[in-house]
Amino acid sequence: MSSQRWVGQSVKRVEDSRLLTGRGTFIDDHPPVANLYQAAIVRSPHAHARILGYDVAAALAMEGVVGVITGDDVAKATKPFSVGVTAPVHYYCTATDRARFAGEPVAVVVARDRYLAEDAAEAVLVQYEPLPVVLDPERALDPDAPLLHEAVGSNLAGHRRLVYGDPDRAFAEADVVLAERFKFPKYGSTPIETYGIIARWEPLDGVLTVWSNFMGPFIMHPLTARVLGLPENRLRFIVPSDIGGSFGIKTSIYPYIALIGLSAMKTGVAVKWIEDRREHLLASSSGTDRIAYREVAARKDGTVLGMRFKWFDNVGGYIRSPEPGCSFRPSGNFVGPYRFQDLEVDASVVMTNKSLTGPNRGYACGHLYFETERMMDLLAEKLGLDPAEIRRRNLLQREQFPYRTPTGGLYDSGDYPAAFAKALEMAKYEELRREQTKRRAAGRYFGIGLALAVDPSVSNMGYVATALDPQFRAKPEYLPKSGAVDSATIKIDPLGRAIAILGTTPQGQGHQTIVTQIVADELGLRPEDITVVDEMDTFTRVWSISSGTYSSRFGSVGTSAVALAARKLKAKLIEYAAHLMDVHPDQVEFRDGAVRVKSGQGPSYSIKDLAGRAHWHTESLPQGMEPGLQATAVFGFTVSQAVDPEDRVNSSNTYGFIAEVMAVEVDPETAAIKILKYVTVHDAGTIINPMIAEGQIYGGALHGLGGALYEELRYDDHGQLLTGTFMDYLVPTASEAPVIEIAHVVSPSPLTLLGSKGLGESSSMTVPAVIANAVSDALAPLGVRISELPMTPTRLWELIQAARPKRKT
Amino acid sequence: MKMSDKVPVRLTVNGTSREGRCEPRKLLVDFLREDLGLTGTHVGCEHGICGACTIMLNGEAARSCIMLAVQADGAEIVTIEGLAQAGQLHPLQEAFREHHGLQCGFCTPGMLMTALDFLHVHPDPTEAEIREGISAVLCRCTGYQGIVNAVKAAAPALNRSR
Repeated sequence: MSSQRWVGQSVKRVEDSRLLTGRGTFIDDHPPVANLYQAAIVRSPHAHARILGYDVAAALAMEGVVGVITGDDVAKATKPFSVGVTAPVHYYCTATDRARFAGEPVAVVVARDRYLAEDAAEAVLVQYEPLPVVLDPERALDPDAPLLHEAVGSNLAGHRRLVYGDPDRAFAEADVVLAERFKFPKYGSTPIETYGIIARWEPLDGVLTVWSNFMGPFIMHPLTARVLGLPENRLRFIVPSDIGGSFGIKTSIYPYIALIGLSAMKTGVAVKWIEDRREHLLASSSGTDRIAYREVAARKDGTVLGMRFKWFDNVGGYIRSPEPGCSFRPSGNFVGPYRFQDLEVDASVVMTNKSLTGPNRGYACGHLYFETERMMDLLAEKLGLDPAEIRRRNLLQREQFPYRTPTGGLYDSGDYPAAFAKALEMAKYEELRREQTKRRAAGRYFGIGLALAVDPSVSNMGYVATALDPQFRAKPEYLPKSGAVDSATIKIDPLGRAIAILGTTPQGQGHQTIVTQIVADELGLRPEDITVVDEMDTFTRVWSISSGTYSSRFGSVGTSAVALAARKLKAKLIEYAAHLMDVHPDQVEFRDGAVRVKSGQGPSYSIKDLAGRAHWHTESLPQGMEPGLQATAVFGFTVSQAVDPEDRVNSSNTYGFIAEVMAVEVDPETAAIKILKYVTVHDAGTIINPMIAEGQIYGGALHGLGGALYEELRYDDHGQLLTGTFMDYLVPTASEAPVIEIAHVVSPSPLTLLGSKGLGESSSMTVPAVIANAVSDALAPLGVRISELPMTPTRLWELIQAARPKRKT
Repeated sequence: MKMSDKVPVRLTVNGTSREGRCEPRKLLVDFLREDLGLTGTHVGCEHGICGACTIMLNGEAARSCIMLAVQADGAEIVTIEGLAQAGQLHPLQEAFREHHGLQCGFCTPGMLMTALDFLHVHPDPTEAEIREGISAVLCRCTGYQGIVNAVKAAAPALNRSR
């Protein structure tokens, strides 16, 4: 057993010194090669237009311009990207035949510097024939809607109807059935560092090296290699140690990697491209906007018997992998924390003339829980039950863990009633209700919202196949998919100090600090004797399809890989020391950084002693022991299995829990929402660094709040983005950020080495629900119910005005 | 004179005289990063909202992405690289580290410069004043709480060093 001196402590971050002093290594900071040229991207001004031709002569004639790559070049030199559906959607790294959203890349200019490149980009002439536009995912499915992809024949990229249990029976037997329509907005977490790429082509070696702030999953590496016609071992992805935030968004940089890579291959110079903010808002990535129809069937006592979900997820002009994760990422936790067994999910993934979508913090779970938790409140209202009581009556109980959900999820551990009770207690729920009665009597609009959620971490790659028909998956040529692994290497130098090497692409989560804590405990070293290198390089790091930092992975799978590597190394040190002491390994123990005989008799060997001998005197090693003191571990979950023929899948590997209570007051004159109390209780198993965990919760919560109240990528009827700057796309500032009361309940995961689970997305998935419930509760006397986000002041004010009795003037 | 003709720009940056030649249209932030190699100042939006590029210009916080290098000719500038002295973190930097006022660190240089300016003007701020003061910089990682705590904690230390 290792002593836990460091794990569990709020250890200050080792990352901070460089970041506080302007010495970070972000993609735009340190050119890895000399003589870089700069790219500027020409983008479609139309949301939908046929491309008739390009005239690049004027641009090419400009001083300092070394090349222009157009959609024609892209069509000739690259293949379309693989997509996650069977519909024949041809998605290239630029528009080729037509542009399908405003801002879609149509050409790239490469020039001596960025200013010149932008001048030349303005000189590229593209001839367009504008086409009719469709933006609404329901409208896009009308037979007469403008069609984006002729080869597909409709705007439906994919559709699945998933049935678990017997939902028809549940609805037939129900005492009460409720239905509601919801709208969830298109928003993106807009990291302050935009996309950045540097590409260098070595024509004689046939190697393309790409530095970027790509965050994984590294399945996108082989996808990109295929597009460029390169063998995977001739495409090198390097990610510097610092990424300026991502929140899922930087998964979707990979089409630009292909585009800038192609630009380097075509022009023969090293090419750099840094996305600007307008490009980012216009065309990087966001979550989907969704129209959802929800039905719930329940008994009079509030027991939920079944639910029906009908979704129209808008993925924009093409479907870009890993979509349609927007519909299926939460497959295993579709039922959330509740016990009901009967469920129907009807998911339509629709293409429209909006920008493309992808993972965004809370991927698909913000949508899911907004709908479910609103339905729970509507049900409570209908049955005259307290919202807390109806949840208690449906919650999974502690003795049910590990729990297999009807959709195939395996909830590894938890005590949901305890965490919920803790949240209610911290918020003084009963007192809040009394306060509400008092304020309501005084004509004020005070509301209390609740939200519960199962917080999935470490997605199982296999879930993506839920998008495919079981008949398709049953074909002999179909290759099933499953898994979620991560790796770590630890080596000990001749003086007994350790270096841990990872390729997890952290984006601010403090992996170097976390790894230091784990290695210090596992090997009994001082933190200052440990160096952590976390830079991804597909040529030198051990990686796999699922590598990267997304889906709240690191706290669960990455930390397990580090602990596993340390334990392998420790086993070797024990064996070596026992050999030196001429005793059986069972007779010695590893404690406080040294190996000694359990009886306490005889010599002890510190790691420093052992390291010196092992490096300097290999003859001293036991017969058959491999020289060197290093260990590489790849940790994977055996619970990651492929989707079964009944569409059941354990879509994540570890599952935490979130219970939240929020109290708000709404000013009916201005529609301003004031958050008076916000309590969040998390169960993410063992907490490795409480300070970092709290930071993740704060950050996640504010993303959820942004989507619930302010942020929306809005378009006019022509498909032009109306929120293309930070003046229009409103990101919460410190003045809007609430104070949060945070607590943890700890149900260690039996599946990870430290008992920890992911916590990165956390409250981003619950805040839309909890604040919508709180505001609905506040405005209940007016009959206003929130079913659409964001609750901008205008939207909310209109709802209030429509509901208020007309005052005499 | 053509737009592409370069003009000299002379600045004092972090106490040192620096000189370079650039096109008149070059942004100050690009000049600092590309011509002077001071990459600690970051570009987040290039339209003056996010505040990542904030520097101290003649003693006040200013956005280096919405002014030209030539406009700053003759100015005295402090960038993030000039905050720590003699290998010691500035008390404000220490406070950010202590209170987890940063995660990815990308907005951090601009946030520190903004907070520094704010604390000069408000040596004993309330929490609401701090929130208002740092609302000039967007951070997407921290939810701001760690930053607010750090600025609050740094105020007395800064007053002592005044």
